[in-house]
Amino acid sequence: MATQHSRSAARLMMAPAVILLLGWMLVPLTMTLFFSFKKYLPMRGDSLERGLDWVGFANYTRFIGSSSFWPSVQSTLIIVGGVLVITVILGVLLAILLDQPFWGQGVVRILVIAPFFVMPTVSALVWKNMFMDPVNGILAHLWRFFGAEPVSWLSDASVQSIILIVSWQWLPFATLILLTAIQSLDSEQLEAAEMDGANPLARFFFIVLPHLSRAITIVILIQTIFLLSIFAEIFVTTGGSFGTRTLTYLIFQRVVDSQNIGLGSAGGVYAIILANIIAIFLMRIVGKNLDA
Amino acid sequence: MARAVTTRRKILTTAVAWTIGLLIFFPIYWTILTSFKSEAQAINDPPLFFFFDWTLENYSVVQDRSDYMRFLWNSVILAGGSTIIGVLVGVPAAWSMAFVPSKRTKDILLWMLSTKMLPAVGVLYPISLLFVQFGLLDTRIGLIMVLMLINLPIIVWMLYTYFKEIPVDILEAARMDGASLRQEILFVLTPMAVPGIASTMLLNFILAWNEAFWTLNLTAANAGPLTAFIASYSSPEGLFFAKLSAASTMAIAPILILGWFSQKQLVRGLTFGAVK
Amino acid sequence: MYLKNRLFGATALAMIAATGVSAENLVIATVNNGDMIRMQGLTDDFTEKTGHTVEWVTLEENVLRQRVTTDITTKGGAFDIMTIGMYETPIWGANDWLVALDDLSADYDVDDILPAMRNGLSYDGTLYAAPFYGESSMVMYRTDLMAAAGLEMPESPTWDFIREAAAAMTDRDNDINGICLRGKAGWGEGGAFITVTANSFGARWFDEDWNAQFDQPEWKNALEFFVGMMAESGPPGYATNGFNENLSLFQQGKCGMWIDATVAASFVTNPNDSTVADSVGFALAPNTGLGKNANWLWAWALAIPAGTQKADAAKEFIEWATSKEYIELVAANEGWANVPPGARTSLYANPEYQKVPFAQKTLDSINAADPTNPTVKPVPYVGIQFVAIPEFAGIATEVSQEFSAVYAGQQSIDDALAKAQALTNDAMEAAGYR
Repeated sequence: MATQHSRSAARLMMAPAVILLLGWMLVPLTMTLFFSFKKYLPMRGDSLERGLDWVGFANYTRFIGSSSFWPSVQSTLIIVGGVLVITVILGVLLAILLDQPFWGQGVVRILVIAPFFVMPTVSALVWKNMFMDPVNGILAHLWRFFGAEPVSWLSDASVQSIILIVSWQWLPFATLILLTAIQSLDSEQLEAAEMDGANPLARFFFIVLPHLSRAITIVILIQTIFLLSIFAEIFVTTGGSFGTRTLTYLIFQRVVDSQNIGLGSAGGVYAIILANIIAIFLMRIVGKNLDA
Repeated sequence: MARAVTTRRKILTTAVAWTIGLLIFFPIYWTILTSFKSEAQAINDPPLFFFFDWTLENYSVVQDRSDYMRFLWNSVILAGGSTIIGVLVGVPAAWSMAFVPSKRTKDILLWMLSTKMLPAVGVLYPISLLFVQFGLLDTRIGLIMVLMLINLPIIVWMLYTYFKEIPVDILEAARMDGASLRQEILFVLTPMAVPGIASTMLLNFILAWNEAFWTLNLTAANAGPLTAFIASYSSPEGLFFAKLSAASTMAIAPILILGWFSQKQLVRGLTFGAVK
Repeated sequence: MYLKNRLFGATALAMIAATGVSAENLVIATVNNGDMIRMQGLTDDFTEKTGHTVEWVTLEENVLRQRVTTDITTKGGAFDIMTIGMYETPIWGANDWLVALDDLSADYDVDDILPAMRNGLSYDGTLYAAPFYGESSMVMYRTDLMAAAGLEMPESPTWDFIREAAAAMTDRDNDINGICLRGKAGWGEGGAFITVTANSFGARWFDEDWNAQFDQPEWKNALEFFVGMMAESGPPGYATNGFNENLSLFQQGKCGMWIDATVAASFVTNPNDSTVADSVGFALAPNTGLGKNANWLWAWALAIPAGTQKADAAKEFIEWATSKEYIELVAANEGWANVPPGARTSLYANPEYQKVPFAQKTLDSINAADPTNPTVKPVPYVGIQFVAIPEFAGIATEVSQEFSAVYAGQQSIDDALAKAQALTNDAMEAAGYR
């Protein structure tokens, strides 16, 4: 197998990527940790050159003690969880559908993956203005057409609206991965089951779904990484009001609106901790499924 | 497809699939359509689907206000540059992980992914201060590096899952024949890895193109890509659906077209090792 | 293009010969409001006159604020001129982050700037940003609907009259809302509006010792009145409506009244954009008889960050963009109704401009606003719809989010006020005031 020579060559080849990422992680992380123990209010004239006051854990206790903290963790989990559930379930159904033979498969596939190419800012703007606007939005037109009172989406169903927008963006990704996984399914196995008189539902639960479990785990893992840091969708649509203030957004408010870098940095450290808890949780599942 | 499919079933599937496909695509279709309307027609009730006075006025207004080509060019350079550098760094790393695995390979891989979990806004100040310190603010090279680092974990992981699928027997056969490491990579591995590398590049090009936090916060007049272009159209005064649609269409059209043409590549490549 | 560059080059050379200043390329960050977009279109005039070229970074208001604030606090130096407001200017000026505009040329006539604007853009008597346009807020109403309701708008209405008129004009079947007001979260959006409304009800943000005042009855009265009136006569989903949303509702003829920035007057009376252009009347912002009208004072102004190497060229640009000549240039190209308002005294003395229907009411509204004495009870701060301390933007954004949740029917007024009280005091403690 691998010789000493090839092993050291391998290490050398890995070095650039590892060193770069280590730097990218450690330098800002160290600075964030440093700031989180300091009083750093740039608007009050605090700056690195003048030196920052050490405040111990004051920023940490203040960040977690704020009445917005726990609701923001909750919003984060609801939004991430909601999007995951929707994209995985619809993704599986869509993948199965797209795997069936029908006319215009190629075109439909293009239509389905198109939202993935739309930048988050644009999709948030389009949904907010042209669809969810309670007066001129197309959904309001539709509601009025059926004689219903238009819904104020972004205030009355704010969390659901965000979940809808983000799911629309990520559904193509889930569908694509699940579709390739389904295509690798042995069709003879399915046929055999069909011969044995297994109904479609049974075939789905006992053959298709187990086969997809690995792909589903990967969809969940990758999407979680991206979803934990969604920002543009909230910034553009609700600005964090109506229960859509995620942890990321709360940090944004502390850093940018309040210009309290110390407090925001402490929040950043909490966000990293939360992300890692979720990561460890995910890795447990993935680790089993992903015998890398 | 081995299964016999009745025509009736095929018709039904076709109808359902097309309905869903069009429904998912509708927001994009509507944006493109609205960009050819006048502002008054854009908010007409009932909505106008085809029969209205098509106009290019919105595009000329948008072009008058901002130099689209400059933003587009920056987008191309930033997304392209970061993707190329990312692949140059990522291929050797992924190669060694896939073919010379050690006990720590999996840990390193997962650690790389975890660097993506650092919320960008939490490190806005550190990164801004570093950029100012090193004179990277509003430079393309600075942004290329940031975008590359953001996406590197995904690049490495995608390539790794690809390379894993390349049968080791072939490599060993090549080694038996006395191929050097360089030859091994150049003549055996590369041809087999090209599709994987291509789809990796494609996905990262899309991700870099759509990145909107750093590209907005670290640029001014020189390096701003299309995400900065769209940031000046998000809430103009008065009626603006048509102009917003035109600007949106201009921002997403290039990547949409690229995506469509390379759709097959992307579909084949986006497995992340999901297929065994 | 080549020829044009050559020409600019030649002009630039002439300028060097004449003044000894070399031609610079200025990077200017600005907001995407109509007046600024117009200024972008007229940049060539500046380049011809001075030889300096200009590159624009045009951003939406929230993005702009985030971008320029980060740049100034990290000393990024990405911009030579920044467009900032009356809130930022005194705070940044106090930190020595801006170049003082105390040596503007005699031609510029700095004394012509409206006193309210000049005071608001100065710190310690020194001007730090030149107003590009200034605004207050006032009532804009549909004269036809008002007449149909059999009512007549007084010069200076009370809130009770506004509420009564709004109810009378509301016609839900025809999609007409009696009144459209800002409910959108954000200190510069709904936060600004509810603050001036509260001022007119006798409320204040802080008492003399910087204690939050949301536990006082005045705030509750103001909120109850506002929520009640909007429930009767406001548009659906007003909790997410800001300036732009209301502007487009009003232009489409869906509002009987709209109380908002005076600059909107030129948009609602412009027949190209507005379906109701010829039936709009104006009045001072309402009051409750306590001596304060519910109007604010704001200016978008141009300032030079202290780090720039091109301060001289930047000053030339500011002198050009906020000059009397610029106003005349816009008037010649686009008509008097479209010139940037609210910055210069001479504009309101101009007989041509006096013919513009909203000119006098705009000036009256601006003059009725007093940032140094904004509330009925005494306060330790300056600013009407804002409190000119660095912590305010963060606090007020969160407070206004609590209020927007009330407007959307998601929490009670008492809950929102209790949360606002707690979070304001907490933030003030963190900043060392209490």
